[in-house]
Amino acid sequence: MAVELGAIGAVAPASFRERTLSAPWPPLFVLAPAVLVGAAMLLPLGYLIWRTLGAGPEAWDLLARSHVFGTLFRTTVLAATVTGATIAIGVPLAWLTIRTDLPLRRLWAVLTVLPLVIPSYVGGMVVVAALRPKGLLQEILSGPFGVDRLPEIYGFPGAFLTLALLTYPYVLLSTRAALWNVDPALEEASRGLGRGAWTTFRRVTLPQLRPAIAAGALLVALYTLSDFGAVSLLRFDSFTRVIFLQYESAFNRTLAAASSLVLVALALGILLVEARARGRARYYRSGAGAARRPGVVRLGRWRWPALAFVVAVVALALAAPISVLGYWLVRGVQAGEPLRLVGEGALNSLYVSSLAAVATVLAALPVAILTVRYPSWVSSLLERVSYIGFALPGIAVALALVFFGARYATPVYQTLGLLVFAYVVLFLPVAVGALRASLQQVHPHVEEAARSLGRSPLRVFLTVTLPLMRWGILASAAGVFLITMKELPVTLILSPIGFKTLATSTWSAASAAFFAQAAAPALLLMLVSSVAVGLLMFREPQLRR
Amino acid sequence: MSYQTFQRLLPAPVWIAALFVTLLALLLVACGGSSAGKLTIYSGREESLVGPVIEQFSETTGIDVAVKYGKNSELIATIREEGGNSPADIFFASDPGALGALSDRFATLPDRILGLVSESFRSRDGTWVGISGRARVVIYNTNELTEADLPDSIFDFTDPKWRGRIGWAPTNGSFQAMVTAMRIIEGEERTRQWLEGIKANDPKEYPKNTPIVQAAADGEIDVGFVNHYYLYRFLAEQGESFSARNHFLTAGDAGGVVLVAGASILDTSDSVEEAERFLEFMLSPVAQQYFAGQTFEYPLVEGARPQVGLIPLSEIEIPDLDLSQLVDLEGTLKLLRETGVLP
Repeated sequence: MAVELGAIGAVAPASFRERTLSAPWPPLFVLAPAVLVGAAMLLPLGYLIWRTLGAGPEAWDLLARSHVFGTLFRTTVLAATVTGATIAIGVPLAWLTIRTDLPLRRLWAVLTVLPLVIPSYVGGMVVVAALRPKGLLQEILSGPFGVDRLPEIYGFPGAFLTLALLTYPYVLLSTRAALWNVDPALEEASRGLGRGAWTTFRRVTLPQLRPAIAAGALLVALYTLSDFGAVSLLRFDSFTRVIFLQYESAFNRTLAAASSLVLVALALGILLVEARARGRARYYRSGAGAARRPGVVRLGRWRWPALAFVVAVVALALAAPISVLGYWLVRGVQAGEPLRLVGEGALNSLYVSSLAAVATVLAALPVAILTVRYPSWVSSLLERVSYIGFALPGIAVALALVFFGARYATPVYQTLGLLVFAYVVLFLPVAVGALRASLQQVHPHVEEAARSLGRSPLRVFLTVTLPLMRWGILASAAGVFLITMKELPVTLILSPIGFKTLATSTWSAASAAFFAQAAAPALLLMLVSSVAVGLLMFREPQLRR
Repeated sequence: MSYQTFQRLLPAPVWIAALFVTLLALLLVACGGSSAGKLTIYSGREESLVGPVIEQFSETTGIDVAVKYGKNSELIATIREEGGNSPADIFFASDPGALGALSDRFATLPDRILGLVSESFRSRDGTWVGISGRARVVIYNTNELTEADLPDSIFDFTDPKWRGRIGWAPTNGSFQAMVTAMRIIEGEERTRQWLEGIKANDPKEYPKNTPIVQAAADGEIDVGFVNHYYLYRFLAEQGESFSARNHFLTAGDAGGVVLVAGASILDTSDSVEEAERFLEFMLSPVAQQYFAGQTFEYPLVEGARPQVGLIPLSEIEIPDLDLSQLVDLEGTLKLLRETGVLP
């Protein structure tokens, strides 16, 4: 197939803005839901501001007292390093599990995503159990190797390790979605012009993945800001601790809200950095013809080192937690611990996570379309706003919805409806990121052609754009599904009374030191998720052999 | 089935519409059901601990019970945000500090319920009642230490010989309740000295009690300040070889204070009668024996006996303390911040 040079030109970040031929005003079926979604996203922020207004001068005292700059600096350093590490892990993993002849590629494709379902307090507990002084690892090493001291795990190293291993799937998922849509013609052109495989990856493939990587990295950075479970167990003094001290120790919602607003400000800073990293390039084919499925990259002698890398990541991020949980389970059962059936929790988890995945993708679609196809200050503001829920500790978002739900929406309060709504508010950016990246790879000319043939915008969207975005849709649904499976604070506060999920059962047992009873639902959580993700991923297309 | 076949069988508009309809239908189904005629409990105590006894209440009385489990702090904030519309009838909390923090939202309990427990285990303004007791103890590593090595008073742990060997959880509610008790019994100044003394000994900080117990067994620390009943959970799962034990502080100071998990009725409750029956049931011999036998806590009413191996309440030197005075969390937090224990 002939490849136009223009196709390659489209990859380089364009310094000028391509004039779009689309209608300048978005159609109503995009604009109306997008504005509604934006309004919903503002609820937590509105609540926090409302609460903070009641705080008065003591809020300043609190911030002054809590060495706010030192804490913010530490938090920023953690977010930056964790983000860097997740890119270093997630991008190669995505490429290896999608584009290469890695042995057992599809199996790894499923397994490498799964650490996303490990709740951060479980991850933290497992890292502490395995790596603390005189923990499991040292017990194993002390016999044959006489190791009697491990490097200190508490503080930065432990928090960094735990969060990097738990969050790299965000980068992996968004990069995978984009990799499916990379036009192989560009890579072939590069190879045809004499570039090696590595140079081609670095100069041609990687730049095309940039928006997707940036979207995943943004989620990692924001998650690191909002996480409390891992940092508290590993004793890293991050900013969420200031917030939680207010909620947990002082039972003071007002000061907690005030300090949450500082976190929002930090998140906005990160969003600006990401916007710059994403660039303004366009990533669709501008040449003639249609994109084909990419071919298999043969790894040759790199096959085994690559496999070793993938195995190492899976061993650390997935096999290690499963082994520790399995050990707790076996130890407890041997000691005669009764295990209660958790079938109901499993069904509830599956049910509510599926609802959340569908609802979030539906809510994210208009936002993604608006930001990609109708860029303006309104759409970029809307997109920024959609990240606020994700950057806040879950409890702040949950309380915002309790406030609005119990006062102004009593009929839906403590129903699944409001719970799913809360998940949408929390996880919208997870879906928007992957959708945006995949939509950026669909050339607007394709849609315009369909329009010119007489189809209405809605029909064009449903019959042309949506099918082209399918891998992005699948990836975003999978991402939302997995993080909803493990979500805890919002589920505890907003779920209908008596509604148990695997995550709440795990937490409830773990916090009362019923480790065996905590391990059973946690293991089931991973099993159920892996089946669900496996089903999704096995529908992905085959590579050309 | 290839995507093309799939698309032919089910064109995009059809399945998108189907998704929408299913979702709406599911949400509508899910929105049904109401809480009328039910007793709604917000429990800051874990389901694994109180679930069975609540179930027993429901079976015995035929009253429908719905329980929302969570952390004390989350439930308090939730009840506050719910305002007058809170569906909660009962708040069941794991420490007196949490009960105190919400006491302006509680109804006054009738004397026949308050009278069931001794004055030291309920609030004197009659807003909440203790259900089970937990002693503050020192957990110690049995490979490094024996009972004889351990002092009777918590004030002795400021001795430099404990440097680098102590674990504590300054953000934990029970710990803070103990500090509040110390401020009441020993005064502000002595408490400040104690906090500074411990801090000078480089204590290791944990987020809550259970990791302290584990760390003591591992020898990561030699001693830790915890509630007494966590140990028995570890013994149940890891057997007698678990190398940590409780040391009861018998000097009669705040270090060995007996705190309670307690419950109260919300002033917005519309099922007061059922709620009162719940409290009576929790203070009945059956339920009290459950707490003694299954959660290793102290029963608070006459007749039920604590687990073998626990020092009976009558032998613990209980400082004269009104637990409802433990409300002054602000003062404790202020002191903890001034001494640099909390940021």
